[in-house]
Amino acid sequence: MVSQKRDAAIVGIYEYPKRKAPGVTALQIKAECAARALEDAGLSWGDVDGLYDAQDGAGSAGLGLAEYFGFKPNVIDTTQVGGSSYEFHAAHARRDIAAGKCKVALLTYGSTAHSDARRIGTGGGGGGGYSPGSSSPLSNMTDPWGMTLISNYGMVASRHMYQYGTTSEQLAHISVATRAHAMRNPEAVQAMKDLEFVGINEITVQDVLSSRMVADPLHLLECCMVSDGGGAVVIASPEVARNCKKKPVWIIGSGEATRYSENGSDITISAAAQSGPPAFGEAGITPAEIDIAMIYDSFTITVLVMLEDLGFCKKGEGGAFVGGERLHYKSPLKPVLNTDGGGLSSNHPGMRGIFLLLEAARQLRGESTSQVEGAKLAVAHGNGGMLATSHTGGTIILARD
Amino acid sequence: MAGRPLPRFPEPDTQAFWDATKEHKLTYQVCAKGHIVFFARAHCPTCGSREMTVKESKGEGTVYSYSVVRLNRHPAFAALGPYAVAYVDLDEGFRVLTNLAGLADPVNEAKIGARVKVRWEDQEGGLSLPMFAPA
Repeated sequence: MVSQKRDAAIVGIYEYPKRKAPGVTALQIKAECAARALEDAGLSWGDVDGLYDAQDGAGSAGLGLAEYFGFKPNVIDTTQVGGSSYEFHAAHARRDIAAGKCKVALLTYGSTAHSDARRIGTGGGGGGGYSPGSSSPLSNMTDPWGMTLISNYGMVASRHMYQYGTTSEQLAHISVATRAHAMRNPEAVQAMKDLEFVGINEITVQDVLSSRMVADPLHLLECCMVSDGGGAVVIASPEVARNCKKKPVWIIGSGEATRYSENGSDITISAAAQSGPPAFGEAGITPAEIDIAMIYDSFTITVLVMLEDLGFCKKGEGGAFVGGERLHYKSPLKPVLNTDGGGLSSNHPGMRGIFLLLEAARQLRGESTSQVEGAKLAVAHGNGGMLATSHTGGTIILARD
Repeated sequence: MAGRPLPRFPEPDTQAFWDATKEHKLTYQVCAKGHIVFFARAHCPTCGSREMTVKESKGEGTVYSYSVVRLNRHPAFAALGPYAVAYVDLDEGFRVLTNLAGLADPVNEAKIGARVKVRWEDQEGGLSLPMFAPA
Protein backbone atom coordinates (compact mmCIF):
# COMPACT_ATOMS: atom_id res chain seq x y z
CA MET A 1 0.00 0.00 0.00
CA VAL A 2 2.93 2.37 0.52
CA SER A 3 3.59 2.60 -3.20
CA GLN A 4 0.06 3.77 -3.94
CA LYS A 5 -0.17 7.24 -5.38
CA ARG A 6 -2.98 9.42 -4.10
CA ASP A 7 -3.15 12.02 -6.83
CA ALA A 8 -6.91 12.50 -7.00
CA ALA A 9 -10.05 11.60 -5.10
CA ILE A 10 -13.79 11.43 -5.58
CA VAL A 11 -15.08 14.17 -3.27
CA GLY A 12 -18.65 14.74 -4.46
CA ILE A 13 -21.35 12.39 -5.73
CA TYR A 14 -25.00 12.56 -6.69
CA GLU A 15 -27.38 10.12 -8.36
CA TYR A 16 -30.53 11.54 -9.91
CA PRO A 17 -33.27 9.86 -7.86
CA LYS A 18 -35.88 9.50 -10.60
CA ARG A 19 -35.90 6.79 -13.27
CA LYS A 20 -38.93 8.21 -15.00
CA ALA A 21 -38.55 11.92 -15.62
CA PRO A 22 -40.92 13.14 -18.34
CA GLY A 23 -40.57 16.79 -19.33
CA VAL A 24 -36.96 17.06 -18.19
CA THR A 25 -34.01 17.10 -20.59
CA ALA A 26 -30.71 15.27 -20.31
CA LEU A 27 -28.96 18.64 -20.00
CA GLN A 28 -31.18 19.67 -17.09
CA ILE A 29 -30.49 16.37 -15.34
CA LYS A 30 -26.76 16.90 -15.85
CA ALA A 31 -26.88 20.45 -14.44
CA GLU A 32 -28.95 19.51 -11.39
CA CYS A 33 -26.67 16.56 -10.62
CA ALA A 34 -23.61 18.80 -11.05
CA ALA A 35 -24.94 21.32 -8.53
CA ARG A 36 -25.84 18.64 -5.98
CA ALA A 37 -22.55 16.76 -6.32
CA LEU A 38 -20.68 20.02 -5.74
CA GLU A 39 -22.86 20.67 -2.66
CA ASP A 40 -22.05 17.15 -1.46
CA ALA A 41 -18.36 18.03 -1.75
CA GLY A 42 -18.75 21.45 -0.18
CA LEU A 43 -17.46 23.07 -3.35
CA SER A 44 -18.90 25.90 -5.43
CA TRP A 45 -20.13 26.03 -9.01
CA GLY A 46 -17.22 28.32 -9.85
CA ASP A 47 -14.61 25.86 -8.53
CA VAL A 48 -14.95 23.54 -11.53
CA ASP A 49 -11.96 23.81 -13.88
CA GLY A 50 -12.13 20.42 -15.62
CA LEU A 51 -15.13 19.25 -17.67
CA TYR A 52 -15.57 15.58 -18.67
CA ASP A 53 -18.51 14.75 -20.89
CA ALA A 54 -19.72 11.72 -22.86
CA GLN A 55 -21.63 13.84 -25.39
CA ASP A 56 -24.98 12.80 -23.94
CA GLY A 57 -26.59 16.21 -23.73
CA ALA A 58 -28.45 16.73 -27.01
CA GLY A 59 -25.77 18.10 -29.29
CA SER A 60 -23.88 19.77 -26.48
CA ALA A 61 -20.41 18.47 -25.78
CA GLY A 62 -17.25 20.35 -24.93
CA LEU A 63 -17.87 23.94 -25.87
CA GLY A 64 -21.65 23.57 -25.86
CA LEU A 65 -21.78 22.01 -22.41
CA ALA A 66 -19.27 24.51 -20.96
CA GLU A 67 -21.52 27.34 -22.13
CA TYR A 68 -24.74 25.67 -20.95
CA PHE A 69 -23.26 25.06 -17.50
CA GLY A 70 -21.51 28.43 -17.45
CA PHE A 71 -17.97 27.11 -16.97
CA LYS A 72 -14.67 28.20 -18.48
CA PRO A 73 -12.69 25.02 -17.84
CA ASN A 74 -8.96 24.53 -18.37
CA VAL A 75 -9.56 20.93 -19.44
CA ILE A 76 -12.31 19.59 -21.70
CA ASP A 77 -12.50 15.85 -22.37
CA THR A 78 -15.38 14.53 -24.48
CA THR A 79 -14.37 10.87 -24.65
CA GLN A 80 -17.43 8.87 -25.73
CA VAL A 81 -17.00 5.14 -25.21
CA GLY A 82 -20.57 4.23 -24.31
CA GLY A 83 -21.24 2.89 -20.84
CA SER A 84 -17.56 2.89 -19.92
CA SER A 85 -17.15 6.63 -20.65
CA TYR A 86 -17.18 7.57 -16.96
CA GLU A 87 -14.42 5.13 -15.99
CA PHE A 88 -12.36 6.59 -18.83
CA HIS A 89 -13.23 10.10 -17.59
CA ALA A 90 -12.21 9.25 -14.02
CA ALA A 91 -8.89 7.90 -15.30
CA HIS A 92 -8.32 11.01 -17.40
CA ALA A 93 -9.35 13.38 -14.61
CA ARG A 94 -6.89 11.76 -12.23
CA ARG A 95 -4.15 12.05 -14.86
CA ASP A 96 -5.01 15.69 -15.63
CA ILE A 97 -5.12 16.60 -11.93
CA ALA A 98 -1.78 14.85 -11.30
CA ALA A 99 -0.31 16.83 -14.19
CA GLY A 100 -1.56 20.08 -12.66
CA LYS A 101 -3.93 20.87 -15.53
CA CYS A 102 -6.99 21.15 -13.31
CA LYS A 103 -8.00 20.79 -9.64
CA VAL A 104 -11.74 20.16 -9.66
CA ALA A 105 -13.01 17.80 -12.35
CA LEU A 106 -16.73 17.37 -13.01
CA LEU A 107 -18.27 14.29 -14.66
CA THR A 108 -21.98 14.41 -15.49
CA TYR A 109 -24.54 12.13 -17.09
CA GLY A 110 -28.13 12.69 -18.09
CA SER A 111 -30.51 10.53 -20.11
CA THR A 112 -34.19 10.32 -20.89
CA ALA A 113 -33.95 6.91 -22.57
CA HIS A 114 -37.11 5.63 -20.89
CA SER A 115 -39.27 8.65 -21.65
CA ASP A 116 -38.00 8.64 -25.24
CA ALA A 117 -39.13 4.99 -25.47
CA ARG A 118 -35.76 4.06 -26.92
CA ARG A 119 -35.64 0.41 -27.95
CA ILE A 120 -32.09 -0.07 -26.80
CA GLY A 121 -32.16 -3.83 -26.46
CA THR A 122 -34.78 -5.02 -28.88
CA GLY A 123 -34.79 -2.76 -31.93
CA GLY A 124 -33.25 -2.39 -35.35
CA GLY A 125 -31.00 -4.44 -37.50
CA GLY A 126 -27.56 -4.23 -36.02
CA GLY A 127 -28.30 -3.69 -32.36
CA GLY A 128 -28.23 -0.53 -30.32
CA GLY A 129 -25.95 1.18 -32.81
CA TYR A 130 -28.38 1.15 -35.73
CA SER A 131 -28.99 4.66 -36.96
CA PRO A 132 -31.03 5.35 -40.04
CA GLY A 133 -29.10 8.52 -40.80
CA SER A 134 -25.65 7.36 -41.75
CA SER A 135 -23.79 4.33 -43.01
CA SER A 136 -20.33 3.03 -42.18
CA PRO A 137 -18.40 -0.14 -42.99
CA LEU A 138 -19.58 -1.60 -39.68
CA SER A 139 -23.22 -0.64 -40.10
CA ASN A 140 -23.22 -2.06 -43.62
CA MET A 141 -21.98 -5.40 -42.32
CA THR A 142 -24.30 -5.60 -39.28
CA ASP A 143 -27.62 -3.90 -40.16
CA PRO A 144 -29.10 -6.70 -42.31
CA TRP A 145 -28.87 -9.38 -39.66
CA GLY A 146 -31.33 -8.23 -37.00
CA MET A 147 -28.74 -8.55 -34.28
CA THR A 148 -30.50 -6.88 -31.36
CA LEU A 149 -28.25 -5.73 -28.54
CA ILE A 150 -29.56 -8.54 -26.34
CA SER A 151 -28.80 -11.20 -28.97
CA ASN A 152 -25.28 -9.76 -29.26
CA TYR A 153 -24.76 -10.57 -25.57
CA GLY A 154 -26.69 -13.80 -26.07
CA MET A 155 -23.98 -14.96 -28.48
CA VAL A 156 -21.35 -14.43 -25.77
CA ALA A 157 -23.45 -16.39 -23.29
CA SER A 158 -24.02 -19.23 -25.80
CA ARG A 159 -20.32 -19.51 -26.48
CA HIS A 160 -19.43 -19.35 -22.77
CA MET A 161 -21.85 -22.20 -22.10
CA TYR A 162 -20.39 -24.19 -25.01
CA GLN A 163 -16.76 -23.69 -23.97
CA TYR A 164 -17.08 -23.94 -20.21
CA GLY A 165 -20.35 -25.64 -19.40
CA THR A 166 -21.76 -22.52 -17.79
CA THR A 167 -25.50 -22.75 -17.07
CA SER A 168 -28.46 -20.39 -16.96
CA GLU A 169 -28.89 -21.36 -13.29
CA GLN A 170 -25.43 -20.02 -12.55
CA LEU A 171 -26.02 -16.78 -14.47
CA ALA A 172 -29.32 -16.31 -12.62
CA HIS A 173 -27.49 -15.89 -9.31
CA ILE A 174 -26.27 -12.52 -10.59
CA SER A 175 -29.87 -11.33 -11.06
CA VAL A 176 -30.86 -12.72 -7.66
CA ALA A 177 -28.08 -10.86 -5.82
CA THR A 178 -28.63 -7.52 -7.54
CA ARG A 179 -32.39 -7.70 -6.91
CA ALA A 180 -31.80 -8.43 -3.22
CA HIS A 181 -29.66 -5.28 -3.06
CA ALA A 182 -32.22 -3.28 -5.04
CA MET A 183 -34.96 -4.16 -2.54
CA ARG A 184 -32.88 -2.48 0.17
CA ASN A 185 -32.46 0.70 -1.91
CA PRO A 186 -35.59 2.90 -1.79
CA GLU A 187 -34.70 4.64 -5.06
CA ALA A 188 -34.36 1.27 -6.81
CA VAL A 189 -37.71 0.12 -5.41
CA GLN A 190 -39.33 3.31 -6.67
CA ALA A 191 -37.59 2.81 -10.03
CA MET A 192 -39.10 -0.65 -10.41
CA LYS A 193 -42.53 0.75 -9.51
CA ASP A 194 -42.20 3.65 -11.96
CA LEU A 195 -41.03 1.34 -14.75
CA GLU A 196 -43.88 -1.07 -14.00
CA PHE A 197 -41.83 -4.13 -13.14
CA VAL A 198 -43.94 -7.25 -12.65
CA GLY A 199 -43.23 -8.41 -9.11
CA ILE A 200 -41.24 -5.93 -7.08
CA ASN A 201 -39.71 -8.35 -4.62
CA GLU A 202 -36.68 -10.48 -4.07
CA ILE A 203 -36.38 -13.13 -6.78
CA THR A 204 -35.14 -16.71 -6.95
CA VAL A 205 -33.08 -18.56 -9.53
CA GLN A 206 -36.31 -20.24 -10.62
CA ASP A 207 -37.98 -16.85 -11.14
CA VAL A 208 -35.18 -15.89 -13.52
CA LEU A 209 -35.37 -19.17 -15.43
CA SER A 210 -39.17 -18.90 -15.64
CA SER A 211 -39.09 -15.39 -17.09
CA ARG A 212 -39.50 -15.30 -20.84
CA MET A 213 -36.60 -15.80 -23.19
CA VAL A 214 -35.70 -12.57 -25.00
CA ALA A 215 -32.67 -13.76 -26.97
CA ASP A 216 -31.33 -17.24 -26.22
CA PRO A 217 -29.98 -17.99 -23.71
CA LEU A 218 -30.83 -14.69 -21.97
CA HIS A 219 -34.12 -14.43 -20.06
CA LEU A 220 -35.98 -11.21 -19.32
CA LEU A 221 -34.73 -11.11 -15.71
CA GLU A 222 -31.15 -11.31 -17.00
CA CYS A 223 -31.56 -8.02 -18.89
CA CYS A 224 -31.20 -4.51 -17.49
CA MET A 225 -33.99 -1.98 -17.38
CA VAL A 226 -34.21 1.07 -19.65
CA SER A 227 -34.66 4.05 -17.34
CA ASP A 228 -34.27 7.80 -17.34
CA GLY A 229 -31.63 9.10 -15.00
CA GLY A 230 -28.23 10.59 -14.49
CA GLY A 231 -25.60 11.53 -12.01
CA ALA A 232 -22.46 13.50 -11.29
CA VAL A 233 -19.04 12.86 -9.81
CA VAL A 234 -16.58 15.50 -8.60
CA ILE A 235 -12.92 14.49 -8.60
CA ALA A 236 -10.39 16.79 -6.93
CA SER A 237 -6.71 17.20 -6.15
CA PRO A 238 -5.43 16.13 -2.69
CA GLU A 239 -5.20 19.81 -1.62
CA VAL A 240 -8.84 20.45 -2.53
CA ALA A 241 -9.96 17.06 -1.19
CA ARG A 242 -8.59 17.80 2.28
CA ASN A 243 -11.02 20.70 2.65
CA CYS A 244 -14.13 18.96 1.32
CA LYS A 245 -17.15 18.03 3.47
CA LYS A 246 -16.82 14.27 3.13
CA LYS A 247 -13.84 11.95 3.36
CA PRO A 248 -12.12 11.52 0.01
CA VAL A 249 -12.35 8.27 -1.94
CA TRP A 250 -9.00 7.86 -3.67
CA ILE A 251 -8.52 6.72 -7.26
CA ILE A 252 -5.53 4.40 -6.97
CA GLY A 253 -5.53 2.58 -10.28
CA SER A 254 -7.00 2.73 -13.77
CA GLY A 255 -6.99 0.83 -17.03
CA GLU A 256 -8.59 1.35 -20.43
CA ALA A 257 -9.01 -1.11 -23.28
CA THR A 258 -10.80 -1.88 -26.53
CA ARG A 259 -11.76 -5.24 -27.97
CA TYR A 260 -13.68 -6.26 -31.08
CA SER A 261 -14.56 -9.36 -33.03
CA GLU A 262 -11.66 -10.58 -35.14
CA ASN A 263 -11.10 -13.67 -37.24
CA GLY A 264 -10.57 -16.50 -34.79
CA SER A 265 -11.03 -14.38 -31.65
CA ASP A 266 -12.61 -15.67 -28.44
CA ILE A 267 -15.75 -13.63 -27.71
CA THR A 268 -15.93 -14.91 -24.14
CA ILE A 269 -12.97 -12.65 -23.34
CA SER A 270 -13.75 -8.97 -22.81
CA ALA A 271 -11.69 -5.79 -22.80
CA ALA A 272 -11.49 -6.18 -19.00
CA ALA A 273 -8.72 -8.74 -19.57
CA GLN A 274 -6.61 -5.85 -20.87
CA SER A 275 -7.83 -2.98 -18.65
CA GLY A 276 -7.79 -4.92 -15.36
CA PRO A 277 -4.11 -5.85 -14.95
CA PRO A 278 -2.69 -2.32 -15.32
CA ALA A 279 -5.35 -0.99 -12.93
CA PHE A 280 -4.58 -3.56 -10.23
CA GLY A 281 -0.85 -3.21 -10.90
CA GLU A 282 -0.96 0.54 -10.43
CA ALA A 283 -2.99 0.14 -7.25
CA GLY A 284 -0.56 -2.44 -5.92
CA ILE A 285 -3.34 -4.80 -4.91
CA THR A 286 -4.84 -8.08 -6.11
CA PRO A 287 -8.47 -8.80 -6.98
CA ALA A 288 -8.69 -10.97 -3.84
CA GLU A 289 -8.37 -7.80 -1.73
CA ILE A 290 -11.38 -6.06 -3.33
CA ASP A 291 -14.40 -5.69 -1.03
CA ILE A 292 -16.87 -4.17 -3.51
CA ALA A 293 -17.17 -5.10 -7.18
CA MET A 294 -19.22 -2.62 -9.15
CA ILE A 295 -19.43 -4.39 -12.49
CA TYR A 296 -21.44 -3.24 -15.50
CA ASP A 297 -24.56 -5.41 -15.37
CA SER A 298 -26.25 -4.73 -18.66
CA PHE A 299 -26.88 -8.49 -18.67
CA THR A 300 -25.91 -11.36 -16.38
CA ILE A 301 -23.30 -12.60 -18.84
CA THR A 302 -21.57 -9.20 -18.82
CA VAL A 303 -20.86 -9.56 -15.10
CA LEU A 304 -19.76 -13.19 -15.35
CA VAL A 305 -17.25 -12.51 -18.12
CA MET A 306 -15.86 -9.42 -16.41
CA LEU A 307 -15.43 -11.08 -13.01
CA GLU A 308 -13.30 -13.67 -14.81
CA ASP A 309 -11.38 -11.17 -16.91
CA LEU A 310 -10.63 -8.92 -13.93
CA GLY A 311 -9.08 -11.94 -12.21
CA PHE A 312 -11.61 -12.71 -9.47
CA CYS A 313 -11.58 -16.30 -10.74
CA LYS A 314 -10.01 -18.21 -13.60
CA LYS A 315 -11.36 -17.91 -17.12
CA GLY A 316 -14.28 -20.28 -17.51
CA GLU A 317 -14.88 -20.69 -13.77
CA GLY A 318 -17.23 -17.72 -13.42
CA GLY A 319 -20.31 -19.92 -13.36
CA ALA A 320 -19.18 -21.75 -10.23
CA PHE A 321 -17.80 -18.51 -8.74
CA VAL A 322 -21.12 -16.61 -8.74
CA GLY A 323 -23.14 -19.47 -7.25
CA GLY A 324 -24.89 -19.56 -3.90
CA GLU A 325 -25.10 -16.34 -1.90
CA ARG A 326 -21.55 -15.33 -2.66
CA LEU A 327 -22.33 -11.97 -4.29
CA HIS A 328 -24.80 -10.86 -1.60
CA TYR A 329 -23.70 -7.94 0.58
CA LYS A 330 -23.83 -10.09 3.72
CA SER A 331 -21.59 -12.73 2.16
CA PRO A 332 -18.47 -13.55 4.17
CA LEU A 333 -16.60 -13.89 0.87
CA LYS A 334 -15.24 -10.99 -1.18
CA PRO A 335 -16.21 -9.25 -3.32
CA VAL A 336 -19.89 -8.38 -3.10
CA LEU A 337 -21.59 -7.26 -6.29
CA ASN A 338 -23.51 -4.13 -7.30
CA THR A 339 -24.87 -3.18 -3.90
CA ASP A 340 -27.09 -0.43 -5.33
CA GLY A 341 -29.20 -2.96 -7.23
CA GLY A 342 -27.30 -2.56 -10.48
CA GLY A 343 -28.55 -1.94 -13.98
CA LEU A 344 -30.65 -5.08 -13.65
CA SER A 345 -32.80 -3.68 -10.84
CA SER A 346 -31.95 -0.03 -10.06
CA ASN A 347 -30.72 2.24 -12.83
CA HIS A 348 -29.74 1.86 -16.48
CA PRO A 349 -30.49 4.80 -18.76
CA GLY A 350 -28.10 3.51 -21.46
CA MET A 351 -24.65 4.35 -20.10
CA ARG A 352 -24.45 3.01 -16.59
CA GLY A 353 -20.75 3.61 -15.94
CA ILE A 354 -21.20 6.66 -13.71
CA PHE A 355 -23.36 4.73 -11.22
CA LEU A 356 -20.53 2.26 -10.69
CA LEU A 357 -18.34 5.09 -9.42
CA LEU A 358 -21.19 6.52 -7.33
CA GLU A 359 -22.02 3.31 -5.45
CA ALA A 360 -18.34 2.38 -5.03
CA ALA A 361 -17.80 5.81 -3.44
CA ARG A 362 -20.87 5.36 -1.19
CA GLN A 363 -19.52 2.04 0.05
CA LEU A 364 -16.10 3.49 0.81
CA ARG A 365 -17.76 6.37 2.67
CA GLY A 366 -20.09 4.02 4.56
CA GLU A 367 -23.24 5.40 2.90
CA SER A 368 -24.67 2.46 0.95
CA THR A 369 -28.14 1.05 1.58
CA SER A 370 -26.42 -2.36 1.55
CA GLN A 371 -23.32 -1.28 3.42
CA VAL A 372 -20.45 -3.72 3.75
CA GLU A 373 -18.86 -3.17 7.16
CA GLY A 374 -15.29 -1.99 6.88
CA ALA A 375 -15.20 -1.83 3.09
CA LYS A 376 -11.78 -0.49 2.08
CA LEU A 377 -11.28 -1.25 -1.60
CA ALA A 378 -13.61 -1.21 -4.59
CA VAL A 379 -13.39 -1.77 -8.30
CA ALA A 380 -15.66 -0.08 -10.83
CA HIS A 381 -15.56 -1.70 -14.25
CA GLY A 382 -17.57 -0.11 -17.04
CA ASN A 383 -18.38 -1.60 -20.40
CA GLY A 384 -19.19 0.36 -23.55
CA GLY A 385 -20.46 -0.82 -26.91
CA MET A 386 -21.46 -4.45 -27.40
CA LEU A 387 -19.62 -7.43 -25.99
CA ALA A 388 -19.75 -9.79 -29.00
CA THR A 389 -18.84 -7.16 -31.58
CA SER A 390 -16.87 -4.11 -30.47
CA HIS A 391 -16.61 -2.78 -26.95
CA THR A 392 -14.50 -0.85 -24.47
CA GLY A 393 -13.59 -1.59 -20.88
CA GLY A 394 -12.64 0.94 -18.23
CA THR A 395 -11.38 -0.21 -14.82
CA ILE A 396 -11.06 2.10 -11.81
CA ILE A 397 -9.72 0.99 -8.42
CA LEU A 398 -10.87 3.05 -5.45
CA ALA A 399 -9.63 3.16 -1.85
CA ARG A 400 -11.10 4.48 1.38
CA ASP A 401 -9.28 7.41 2.95
CA MET B 1 -37.83 -10.69 -47.13
CA ALA B 2 -38.30 -7.06 -48.09
CA GLY B 3 -37.93 -4.49 -45.39
CA ARG B 4 -34.72 -5.53 -43.68
CA PRO B 5 -32.28 -2.69 -43.13
CA LEU B 6 -29.80 -3.08 -45.99
CA PRO B 7 -26.32 -1.67 -46.58
CA ARG B 8 -26.33 1.91 -47.76
CA PHE B 9 -24.05 3.54 -50.27
CA PRO B 10 -21.85 5.41 -51.00
CA GLU B 11 -19.68 3.44 -48.59
CA PRO B 12 -16.40 2.75 -50.40
CA ASP B 13 -14.95 0.05 -48.09
CA THR B 14 -17.84 -2.40 -48.35
CA GLN B 15 -19.22 -1.54 -51.82
CA ALA B 16 -17.30 -4.28 -53.69
CA PHE B 17 -18.28 -6.94 -51.13
CA TRP B 18 -21.96 -6.18 -51.54
CA ASP B 19 -21.69 -5.84 -55.34
CA ALA B 20 -20.25 -9.38 -55.44
CA THR B 21 -23.26 -10.72 -53.55
CA LYS B 22 -25.39 -9.86 -56.58
CA GLU B 23 -23.60 -12.77 -58.29
CA HIS B 24 -23.79 -14.91 -55.13
CA LYS B 25 -20.07 -14.55 -54.51
CA LEU B 26 -18.89 -14.43 -50.87
CA THR B 27 -15.62 -12.51 -50.89
CA TYR B 28 -12.85 -11.74 -48.42
CA GLN B 29 -9.47 -10.07 -48.74
CA VAL B 30 -5.86 -11.12 -48.31
CA CYS B 31 -3.13 -8.51 -47.87
CA ALA B 32 0.37 -8.57 -49.36
CA LYS B 33 1.70 -10.32 -46.25
CA GLY B 34 -1.03 -12.96 -46.30
CA HIS B 35 -3.24 -11.63 -43.52
CA ILE B 36 -6.89 -12.53 -43.99
CA VAL B 37 -9.19 -9.52 -43.78
CA PHE B 38 -12.93 -9.27 -43.14
CA PHE B 39 -14.90 -6.98 -43.35
CA ALA B 40 -13.49 -5.41 -46.49
CA ARG B 41 -11.22 -2.45 -46.06
CA ALA B 42 -8.68 -0.51 -48.12
CA HIS B 43 -5.97 -1.44 -45.60
CA CYS B 44 -4.97 -4.50 -43.61
CA PRO B 45 -5.92 -4.10 -39.92
CA THR B 46 -3.06 -6.41 -38.91
CA CYS B 47 -0.12 -4.75 -40.69
CA GLY B 48 -1.38 -1.60 -42.41
CA SER B 49 -0.67 -2.91 -45.91
CA ARG B 50 -2.72 -1.29 -48.63
CA GLU B 51 -2.12 -4.03 -51.19
CA MET B 52 -5.35 -5.95 -50.87
CA THR B 53 -6.43 -8.89 -53.03
CA VAL B 54 -10.05 -9.99 -53.17
CA LYS B 55 -10.71 -13.75 -53.00
CA GLU B 56 -13.85 -15.79 -53.26
CA SER B 57 -14.82 -18.13 -50.43
CA LYS B 58 -16.26 -21.60 -50.97
CA GLY B 59 -18.92 -20.58 -48.48
CA GLU B 60 -18.39 -23.47 -46.09
CA GLY B 61 -17.77 -23.07 -42.39
CA THR B 62 -18.67 -23.75 -38.79
CA VAL B 63 -21.10 -22.01 -36.42
CA TYR B 64 -18.96 -20.18 -33.81
CA SER B 65 -21.86 -18.87 -31.74
CA TYR B 66 -25.50 -17.86 -32.09
CA SER B 67 -28.48 -16.37 -30.30
CA VAL B 68 -32.11 -16.88 -31.23
CA VAL B 69 -33.90 -13.53 -31.27
CA ARG B 70 -37.39 -13.84 -29.77
CA LEU B 71 -38.15 -10.13 -29.72
CA ASN B 72 -37.22 -7.48 -32.28
CA ARG B 73 -39.63 -4.60 -32.64
CA HIS B 74 -38.37 -3.76 -36.14
CA PRO B 75 -41.27 -4.87 -38.40
CA ALA B 76 -39.14 -6.83 -40.89
CA PHE B 77 -37.69 -8.96 -38.11
CA ALA B 78 -40.81 -9.13 -35.96
CA ALA B 79 -42.48 -10.87 -38.92
CA LEU B 80 -39.87 -13.64 -38.99
CA GLY B 81 -40.69 -15.33 -35.71
CA PRO B 82 -37.66 -16.61 -33.77
CA TYR B 83 -34.53 -16.39 -35.92
CA ALA B 84 -30.87 -17.10 -35.22
CA VAL B 85 -28.18 -14.44 -35.41
CA ALA B 86 -24.80 -16.15 -35.65
CA TYR B 87 -21.09 -15.86 -36.15
CA VAL B 88 -19.84 -18.35 -38.73
CA ASP B 89 -16.14 -19.12 -39.14
CA LEU B 90 -15.45 -19.76 -42.82
CA ASP B 91 -12.92 -22.43 -43.71
CA GLU B 92 -10.67 -19.81 -45.34
CA GLY B 93 -10.18 -18.21 -41.90
CA PHE B 94 -12.59 -15.31 -41.68
CA ARG B 95 -15.61 -14.78 -39.45
CA VAL B 96 -18.93 -13.36 -40.61
CA LEU B 97 -21.98 -12.10 -38.78
CA THR B 98 -25.01 -13.73 -40.38
CA ASN B 99 -28.32 -15.50 -39.86
CA LEU B 100 -28.80 -19.25 -39.79
CA ALA B 101 -31.16 -20.48 -42.50
CA GLY B 102 -32.92 -23.75 -43.20
CA LEU B 103 -33.82 -24.50 -39.58
CA ALA B 104 -37.50 -25.22 -38.93
CA ASP B 105 -36.98 -24.69 -35.19
CA PRO B 106 -33.90 -22.53 -34.58
CA VAL B 107 -34.36 -22.65 -30.78
CA ASN B 108 -33.72 -26.39 -30.75
CA GLU B 109 -31.82 -26.92 -33.99
CA ALA B 110 -29.15 -24.21 -33.94
CA LYS B 111 -25.87 -25.66 -32.67
CA ILE B 112 -22.40 -24.25 -32.07
CA GLY B 113 -19.88 -26.31 -34.02
CA ALA B 114 -22.40 -27.27 -36.73
CA ARG B 115 -21.10 -27.37 -40.30
CA VAL B 116 -22.90 -24.90 -42.53
CA LYS B 117 -22.90 -23.69 -46.12
CA VAL B 118 -23.84 -20.34 -47.58
CA ARG B 119 -27.43 -19.90 -48.74
CA TRP B 120 -28.24 -16.68 -50.57
CA GLU B 121 -31.34 -14.68 -49.87
CA ASP B 122 -31.93 -12.19 -52.66
CA GLN B 123 -33.15 -8.74 -51.69
CA GLU B 124 -35.11 -6.12 -53.57
CA GLY B 125 -32.66 -3.95 -55.44
CA GLY B 126 -30.32 -6.79 -56.37
CA LEU B 127 -28.19 -7.35 -53.27
CA SER B 128 -28.17 -10.81 -51.77
CA LEU B 129 -27.62 -11.73 -48.12
CA PRO B 130 -25.25 -14.62 -47.37
CA MET B 131 -27.00 -16.77 -44.77
CA PHE B 132 -25.87 -20.19 -43.65
CA ALA B 133 -27.81 -23.45 -43.69
CA PRO B 134 -26.80 -26.93 -42.50
CA ALA B 135 -24.16 -28.37 -44.85
